[in-house]
Amino acid sequence: MTTETGIGASVKRKEDARFITGKGRYTDDINLVNQTYLVFARSPYAHAKINGIDLEPAKATPGVVAVFTGKDLAADEIGDLPCGWMVKSKDGSDMISPSHPPIAIDKVNYVGEPYALVIADTPDAARNGAEAIEANFEVLEAVLSTADATSGPQIHENAPNNRSYDWELGDKDATDTAFDNAAHITKLDIVNNRLIPNAIETRAALGDFDSSTGNYTLYTTSQNPHVERLILAAFVNVAPEARLRVISPDVGGGFGSKIFVYAEETAVIWAAGKLGRPVKWRAERTESFLGDAHGRDHVTHAELAIDDDGKFTGLRVSTKANMGAYLSTFASSVPTYLYGTLLAGQYTTPNIYVEVQAVFTNTCSVDAYRGAGRPEATFVVERLVETAARELNMDPAELRRKNFIPPDAFPYETPVALTYDTGNYGISLDKALDLADVAGFESRRSDSESRGKKRGLGYSCYIEACGLAPSQVAISLGAGVGLFESAEIRVDVTGSVTAITGSHSHGQGHETTFAQLISDRFGIPFESVDVVHGDTGRSDYGLGTYGSRSIAVGGSALMSAADKIIAKGKKIAAHMLNSNEDNVDFADGRFTAADTNESLAFGEVAFSAYVPGNFPLEELEPGLSEKAFYDPANFTYPAGAHICEVEIDPDTGVTEIAQFVAVDDFGNVINPMIVEGQVHGGLAQGIGQALLEHGIYDADSGNLITGSYLDYAMPRADHLPDFTVDTTVTPCTHNPLGVKGCGEAGAIGSTAAVMNAVTDALGVIDMPMPATPETVWKVARGA
Amino acid sequence: MAVKLNVNSVEHTLEVPSNTLLSEILRDHLNLTGTHIGCDTSQCGACVVHMDGKSIKSCTVLAAQADGADVTTIEGIANGGELHPMQEAFRNNHALQCGFCTPGMIMSAIDLVQSNDKLSAQEIREGLDGNFCRCTGYHNIVKAVLEAQEQM
Amino acid sequence: MYQFKHHKSTSVDHASELHSNSDEGLYLAGGMTLIPSMKLRLTAPTDLIDLSSIEGLAGISNSYAGLRIGAMTRHCEVSASSEIPALASLASLIGDNQVRNRGTIGGSLANNDPAADYPAAVLGLGATIHTNKRDIDGDSFFLGLFETALDEGEIITAVTFPIPKRAAYAKFPNPASRYAIVGAMVSDSGSGIRVGITGAGACAFRARAFESALNKDFSVDAISAIEIDHSDFNVDIHASAEFRGHLIGAMVRQAVVQLTE
Repeated sequence: MTTETGIGASVKRKEDARFITGKGRYTDDINLVNQTYLVFARSPYAHAKINGIDLEPAKATPGVVAVFTGKDLAADEIGDLPCGWMVKSKDGSDMISPSHPPIAIDKVNYVGEPYALVIADTPDAARNGAEAIEANFEVLEAVLSTADATSGPQIHENAPNNRSYDWELGDKDATDTAFDNAAHITKLDIVNNRLIPNAIETRAALGDFDSSTGNYTLYTTSQNPHVERLILAAFVNVAPEARLRVISPDVGGGFGSKIFVYAEETAVIWAAGKLGRPVKWRAERTESFLGDAHGRDHVTHAELAIDDDGKFTGLRVSTKANMGAYLSTFASSVPTYLYGTLLAGQYTTPNIYVEVQAVFTNTCSVDAYRGAGRPEATFVVERLVETAARELNMDPAELRRKNFIPPDAFPYETPVALTYDTGNYGISLDKALDLADVAGFESRRSDSESRGKKRGLGYSCYIEACGLAPSQVAISLGAGVGLFESAEIRVDVTGSVTAITGSHSHGQGHETTFAQLISDRFGIPFESVDVVHGDTGRSDYGLGTYGSRSIAVGGSALMSAADKIIAKGKKIAAHMLNSNEDNVDFADGRFTAADTNESLAFGEVAFSAYVPGNFPLEELEPGLSEKAFYDPANFTYPAGAHICEVEIDPDTGVTEIAQFVAVDDFGNVINPMIVEGQVHGGLAQGIGQALLEHGIYDADSGNLITGSYLDYAMPRADHLPDFTVDTTVTPCTHNPLGVKGCGEAGAIGSTAAVMNAVTDALGVIDMPMPATPETVWKVARGA
Repeated sequence: MAVKLNVNSVEHTLEVPSNTLLSEILRDHLNLTGTHIGCDTSQCGACVVHMDGKSIKSCTVLAAQADGADVTTIEGIANGGELHPMQEAFRNNHALQCGFCTPGMIMSAIDLVQSNDKLSAQEIREGLDGNFCRCTGYHNIVKAVLEAQEQM
Repeated sequence: MYQFKHHKSTSVDHASELHSNSDEGLYLAGGMTLIPSMKLRLTAPTDLIDLSSIEGLAGISNSYAGLRIGAMTRHCEVSASSEIPALASLASLIGDNQVRNRGTIGGSLANNDPAADYPAAVLGLGATIHTNKRDIDGDSFFLGLFETALDEGEIITAVTFPIPKRAAYAKFPNPASRYAIVGAMVSDSGSGIRVGITGAGACAFRARAFESALNKDFSVDAISAIEIDHSDFNVDIHASAEFRGHLIGAMVRQAVVQLTE
């Protein structure tokens, strides 16, 4: 059913009403009576021993309530921050996960690592106190380079060669044989630059302890409050799970960085219990730069084997992935199960072998950032394919088409452990070629040249795997949590509906999309549906929102719960209509008895459920409220074709995006307006990586040079073009909605398209990323 | 020190420490939490409000500098129940996702449109370069401002 | 931010007196650099002497010597002015709208950030800086990194820009901060060419080689072969000294193209 508010309609968002009027309620907008303020003392050194900390001057600072170090947390048996995914090395050994006390005790391992905390009556007093702390550091030599990490000074006692694991996937021998027999081999050395997530709302936490009940409440900027609660309770040991409520109110963007459990919220909730007063912390932007888990940072050598016909016969990839100083919450899974498994791309490449060394450096942790592993995989594959086309003097679109998995080959099992359920890559590429007017490119290129500019065209045909699943497989591969989603639908007496989801919206618009699903399914007004999320006190459980999983997993869970509501409604309707539940149909918001053709509206059945005047109670319970847990059978596989056209001024090195076309297959689309918006945002981040963004540490001091917006180049409105976006549809075969997910696609596909366009314009095989003006200028003049 | 200012047409006289910022007055003293803080270096624009009719970054104005000023925040632009055309256009064009940059973006956009003759899409992009949005890629924000300037 | 004492000054003399009576006092103009710096606790004045309450320090007027711009004139007012389009254009490229609505020309010049735009205009247009004590020739105002010819406590009251026959400003902005990586103000007064460069060195300077070449032949060709010694130029992650050296040529050429097309 497509109505003005149903599935497929670009319904305006419910949540906007509060956001555009300034009534959004973000963590830092919440204040509690008698609250205190927490400020961390952070390491100025990349690598140093802590020989002593003098807290007395801080304690004597006016307004300071308490000062703590890591030892105080340890004395209360607060545990390490864990990494939740066990990866095994080639030799079968477990990855090495160094001890990660929330507040450093003996040693600091990156600039910005907290080593003490000061709590005071005002933010200023807390800052004064933190400044007054005098720590005696013994500075050690630091390891900063991903490429050279394994030969640097050892950071953790239990991690020789600064290596966490040395992982592999695929058939090495078969792949080597393919290379032995190749007609052509394309090789690239690729550095995937480190990115800093930069949600505009910085992370924040407000902890509260009620001594009368022993209950803790943590308000925090989390993408997955239940996982936060589970980890804080079960692993970090701040409070029993049942005594800890985590509320993630409006959250101002996440992009992965708010999935993880960090030192700061751990310290906040622990200190709230310790002091018996609410404790608040809000990151200053600099703290976000220093401490929010960064993204990407791979160094890779990759080779593609091609036969005489231009068919890919083998892919060999060797990657060093920078983990930073510690393994963050899901860090280990990113360069392995979210990277190696995606290296088949959209192609039939029969032999693939990938090995990944995860290395430690004296830098902020690296974990999932929009796309998480999949952008890195796409970048490797699509840079190789484009380069191969140039080396073979073939049309890059044709070379891709020749190697696409054909539409009749699905389900398609790749040599890197995934089974793609469905797809039609050719139609997306065709549509993109058309929208980008690729046929007219050469004349546009001539026009640019006549103005002294260089013009280039780049493609990227990406695949992604969304809705990480099923739990059984993921857990067998080392995941520490399930990957299902929960849903609950409560039908009110008057027929309005509260839908409670374990997914979490931090910009995705679930209050709208999920309401569309429910309104469409129940045939009730969109306005009658309220979506609740982000509070462990209100939903049973939930895995939250990351990896473009909300609609495919959370939406499907809601559909399961909706099915149960309808089943129960049929029982009630059958009773009221003197029919049999098997004879009752539900459509367009009415329960109809097929035998009598008498019917009841959804609201009438709801009312009866709560006013069960003559229910046969032994067969029919009152009430209309159902729960479901949905565990998907497989990932979903969105895919698409991105085409970027750039114009470069060789004199200044400035690259302008002349046009960007993205055609994506997300399966069925619930709200096209929201989906387009997700694509736009992803494209901006992918283009940002290609042209602007780069997290850089000083090679000598280990300071983060890009520690503020004065140095980290965020994409602004005038860096970006208008985007041309469109979709094709092959519905997902294994979820009830036929949906695939759209949150990361833009960031996954676009970076390679931009770099392919820039290298095309400059007539070079390769160049460093980001393609900043100076880099482009140097390449353009052949330096 | 005492500061007197008119915020959203309400007069306030407040006693605050000298190092208080206008953004802190709005958020902490007047509970107008629609004005957000996204950075420390006056770049992100989440805190933009109007002071004496012009858009400014309230995190970079001292309370003392706002003494005697008329301040309008995101909470003060709707006319009763009727949204400002810029608010309406943001909603209409899906020009916001997480909503965090939105108040500052809307306040900047209103000043931009009020201070200029009809703007092109490119001029809007340049005119909003004091406001970061990490969600929308700006595409729909530009559309919204183009639409709003027809209504304003 | 640490606490400080805030003073509203009623006149330039009053401000000067407040300053001399303060411990570590600083003048507050627009505050666009000072306030962020105080927020990060990098600057900690005991006293802030606010100049915004002084009547007559803001405003743009024509004088016999050119365009006189009061020290407390905001960038947005300069960008809306029409007498020297190149100067208005330069002002329109400073920071963003919100910075331009607060920041002042006097504050910018007194701070003398190596990447600020106005210093290029002072040198490129041959301006004179007026203070509460004297007039300072623009050419001798910028002494080094954040260092000017101002004495302790001296207050800029206005700047006079001679009106050129033609002038243009070209800027290569830092993609992150929007400060100038290199900015070039090229002017032709009728009796000579001036080229003021900001962003490249410790402070703004005149590019004499370009001036003499353009004095002989005002064309892009005349300057395309000029080699710039970049050995003392600024280096950061956005531009090496060599690239800054190149950008000087590129920006001057862009300005000359604007003036010759």
